[in-house]
Amino acid sequence: MNSTMSLRVFAIIIAVAALATLPLWMGGIYYINVASQILLYAVFALGLNVLVGYAGLTSLGHAGLFGVAAYATGYMLQLGYGHTESILVALLVGVASMAVYAVLSLRSTGIGFIMITLALGEILWGLAYRWISLTGGDNGINVPKRPAPFGYSLSNATNFYFTTLIVFLLVVVVMAIFVRSPLGAALRGTRDQPRRMNALGYHVWAIRFYACLFSGLLTAVSGILFVYYTQFISPQTLALTSSAEVLLMVIAGGPGTLLGPIVGAGLVVIVKTVVSGFIERWNFLLGAIFVAIVILMPDGLVPGTTRLWRLATRKRAPVAAKTEGAP
Amino acid sequence: MSRKLSRRKFMAGTAAGAALATFKFPTPALAQAAPFKLGLLTVKTGPLAQGGIQMEQGVVTYLKEKNYTFAGRKVEFISADTGGNPAGTKTKAQELIEREKVDAILGPLAAFELLAVTDYITEQKTPMLSLAGAEDMTQRRPNPYFLRPSATSAQAMHPMADFAAKELKLKRIVTISEDFAFGHEQMGGFQQTFEEAGGKIVNKIWPPLVTPDYTPFVAQIGDCDGVCQGFAGSNPLRFLKTYAAAGLKYPVVTGETGGDDALLRSFGDEALGMYSSCPYTLDLDTDGNKRFVAAMQKDYGVDPGFYAAGLYVAAQTVAAGLEKSNGKSDDKDAFIKALRSVELKDTPRGAIKYDHFGNVVGDFFIRHLEKANGKYVNKTVKTYHNISQFWTYDEKKFLAAPVYSRNYPPMKS
Amino acid sequence: MNFWLVLTVNSVTFGGLLFLLSAGFSLIFGLMRIPNLTHGSLFMLGAYVGATFVVGLLGFKLNFWLAAILATLAVAALGALAERLLLRRLPGDQLAQVLVTLGLSFMAADFCLMMWGGDPLNVATPDGLGGFVRFGTIAFPMYRLAIIVIAALVAIALWLLLDRTRLGAMIRAGVDDPDMARVVGIRVSQLFTIVFALGAGLAAFAGIIGGPILSVYPGLDQDMLPLALVVVILGGSGSLLGSFVGSIIVGFIYNFGQALLPELAYFVLFMPMLLVLLLRPQGLFGRHVP
Repeated sequence: MNSTMSLRVFAIIIAVAALATLPLWMGGIYYINVASQILLYAVFALGLNVLVGYAGLTSLGHAGLFGVAAYATGYMLQLGYGHTESILVALLVGVASMAVYAVLSLRSTGIGFIMITLALGEILWGLAYRWISLTGGDNGINVPKRPAPFGYSLSNATNFYFTTLIVFLLVVVVMAIFVRSPLGAALRGTRDQPRRMNALGYHVWAIRFYACLFSGLLTAVSGILFVYYTQFISPQTLALTSSAEVLLMVIAGGPGTLLGPIVGAGLVVIVKTVVSGFIERWNFLLGAIFVAIVILMPDGLVPGTTRLWRLATRKRAPVAAKTEGAP
Repeated sequence: MSRKLSRRKFMAGTAAGAALATFKFPTPALAQAAPFKLGLLTVKTGPLAQGGIQMEQGVVTYLKEKNYTFAGRKVEFISADTGGNPAGTKTKAQELIEREKVDAILGPLAAFELLAVTDYITEQKTPMLSLAGAEDMTQRRPNPYFLRPSATSAQAMHPMADFAAKELKLKRIVTISEDFAFGHEQMGGFQQTFEEAGGKIVNKIWPPLVTPDYTPFVAQIGDCDGVCQGFAGSNPLRFLKTYAAAGLKYPVVTGETGGDDALLRSFGDEALGMYSSCPYTLDLDTDGNKRFVAAMQKDYGVDPGFYAAGLYVAAQTVAAGLEKSNGKSDDKDAFIKALRSVELKDTPRGAIKYDHFGNVVGDFFIRHLEKANGKYVNKTVKTYHNISQFWTYDEKKFLAAPVYSRNYPPMKS
Repeated sequence: MNFWLVLTVNSVTFGGLLFLLSAGFSLIFGLMRIPNLTHGSLFMLGAYVGATFVVGLLGFKLNFWLAAILATLAVAALGALAERLLLRRLPGDQLAQVLVTLGLSFMAADFCLMMWGGDPLNVATPDGLGGFVRFGTIAFPMYRLAIIVIAALVAIALWLLLDRTRLGAMIRAGVDDPDMARVVGIRVSQLFTIVFALGAGLAAFAGIIGGPILSVYPGLDQDMLPLALVVVILGGSGSLLGSFVGSIIVGFIYNFGQALLPELAYFVLFMPMLLVLLLRPQGLFGRHVP
């Protein structure tokens, strides 16, 4: 046990060191930018994983929340507000939207939850797409400048990467704490045994509601990172495909694990940006990868690989946690 | 070199067929200067894919003609698919500039893609030659690294409106176009010139870019004697079908995308009689155009349209600019200056030059869609010569007015 | 006056098309509880395969109806294959089903782009249906009216199938209570394959029938899937009547929403779906909560 612990600590130190020095060993600005994208999508996927992995609630409307935060930032900046105000308002709007999502969708679980979040996501997309006077429709909203807190200009790719990295690491730490907290444990309880939790005196709805707010906060954070990264926001960001994409990151990587969504985000972003430069049929490849994951590693890449590793090192593998939706 | 031979470049080479061999193994004589890297941002998926695929074909046709050599430098061509999505355009522009270190970018296709990368290319000082509308890129907020070898959104619409009012004698027109910058600007330009010539716009209808069934919009057309449509991609096709299915018979006029020659093989009888104004026409009787059309037909079995011709001219401009700067592209400011001073005599669209904003000045063709020998053809009926983005207007006054938009010029009651 | 009449007739037409698309979706959803996110892709595949024959891309042309039947059968076979090889392994695992159906839809979209390129395919109206029908002063295209008739015929055929045949009885039993159905000896496994193939075939049929109106283009799948979802949620999964009524309602909302409330067109389209999910989760005519 002790050796696995120290192995894990060692791995974490290596990973953080590798990420912190990435601009030094990664060849060129382009790859630094890809890394920034992976990190910001990892934050998004971690946010969705709070619901999908730990609460057993699958949302197909998270791109709507992501986009709302991004639009709020862009819109505030367009109105002439500063970056601080814009970011704060965007966080507020993101969490408030999630609260509305939660109040509406938590009436149901399973497919009902999927469908309600999907409808909400489509409504937000439809507004972004057609409410031209507010959003500019397909023309989108431009964010001409990235902020420069304390003179540290984020226009520079490396500086932006480090900022994203700090946010990402913070989110990972907060997630780790959350998972181990009583609320995290209770949330997993509501996923696996909602009735028993109820009988034990837990307020299942409230626990899920808090989880939603937490998920919404992380989603808003990633939405703000996104809008500063691309310096542009348009309705496509809110489309059903985007919701599907982030859900795929979570499921492919391994829902209910800390590392899974990060790996999933890395996989999707790398196929979309880097591999698409080499293989014209990258969409097909991405689809095939998802199908293959379901067939070969139904729990996702991270749990699947862990199990393979344990098999290979001849240790008894504990049964991987079930991550299905509530009954 | 092995990393540089990425799969897609290989594919672009394959598309170029015979050119592949020379492309893969530069001869020592030519290897003296570093290769010139030419990037393309295009769309190969979604409703705009039709034009996007032609864009790539247009560039490759010219590259083959020049044997992948501009001003004695080998040309390395890198094509990237933006997916017709602004965020994707940004990512792909970064790939071209930061990873591939391209010397110039052709594309992107759509105005909303262009708007997403304009600040970025200024920052990076990379010359960009795009067909996309977005008027202000060469007007009120000019981008010094930008050239438009095709036309602003409204550039073809000014002559179309002139023709509609003076020759077709139309008085009351309904405009219908996609609800994004390109549509707004096209229709704004049409309205401006048409109303000055004594006509009236009676209604403006804006369906979204993605519209499975146009009936709800077509049903609003009425009380007019003509329709001006400004659809892009594959949408003109579906609009005209619905228009005919609604039994409407008003004459239809359109711009470069709405009556594109490349769409002719997909059109049906419903398109007959439509007038379009375009900076390129398939039937232009010049050597430059014949060579271009023959090459496109031979390699791809298709008639080229506005997108292919536009990118061919863009590539021609890059070649001529590089010639002018003696093959040097490292000094971006000098290179863009050379590009903007290019004047071409023999392009598929005739002679062109660039104004001081980097926008093209050239001929515009009014064509009538007819059937000849069982094929649909756009027959040129009138040519407007040397048309700039300012039409006949005074540049200062034009720039003092707001940019054409959904609400400008305003509707007259 | 003209405007209202045209929109009304078109709402019913569009509703008819949506019914063809969503009836299969509804059965799959109702019986197998699978959120089949490939349904839009099946619609597009059917349209492309059918258009290939109608336009004559393989060097020969087929009659429209023959092409429609061929496309339906081909896509139905594909659907059966997908069910046998993939979906069957994931009973009750919604996350995996979502992942697989989305993955398949990515693959299908890219496959179509690879096979048919980016050019839109223009499907000609079938012979004899190209004309107009006159209602007083206005003319309405005959083909659009024919779609209403086709949808009604398919609805009747499906109703007969469900209501009057042994297979239909088994499907209904499966929709109402899958566990009970298994207990009384219905081979649910085989039934799933049949229903999935039927649903896929119907979607493909809708695709080719819609061809002359919508034409066939990359991205058609993404345009249609959300509409099918709205219909099924509105009408209630597993209910034929629900799909029918839901389709007509959505046809009206779509047409009038786009024309009268362009800025809120999608808002008014998805709002009813949301309201039904919140207030009557089983849908207007469904019998169980999905």
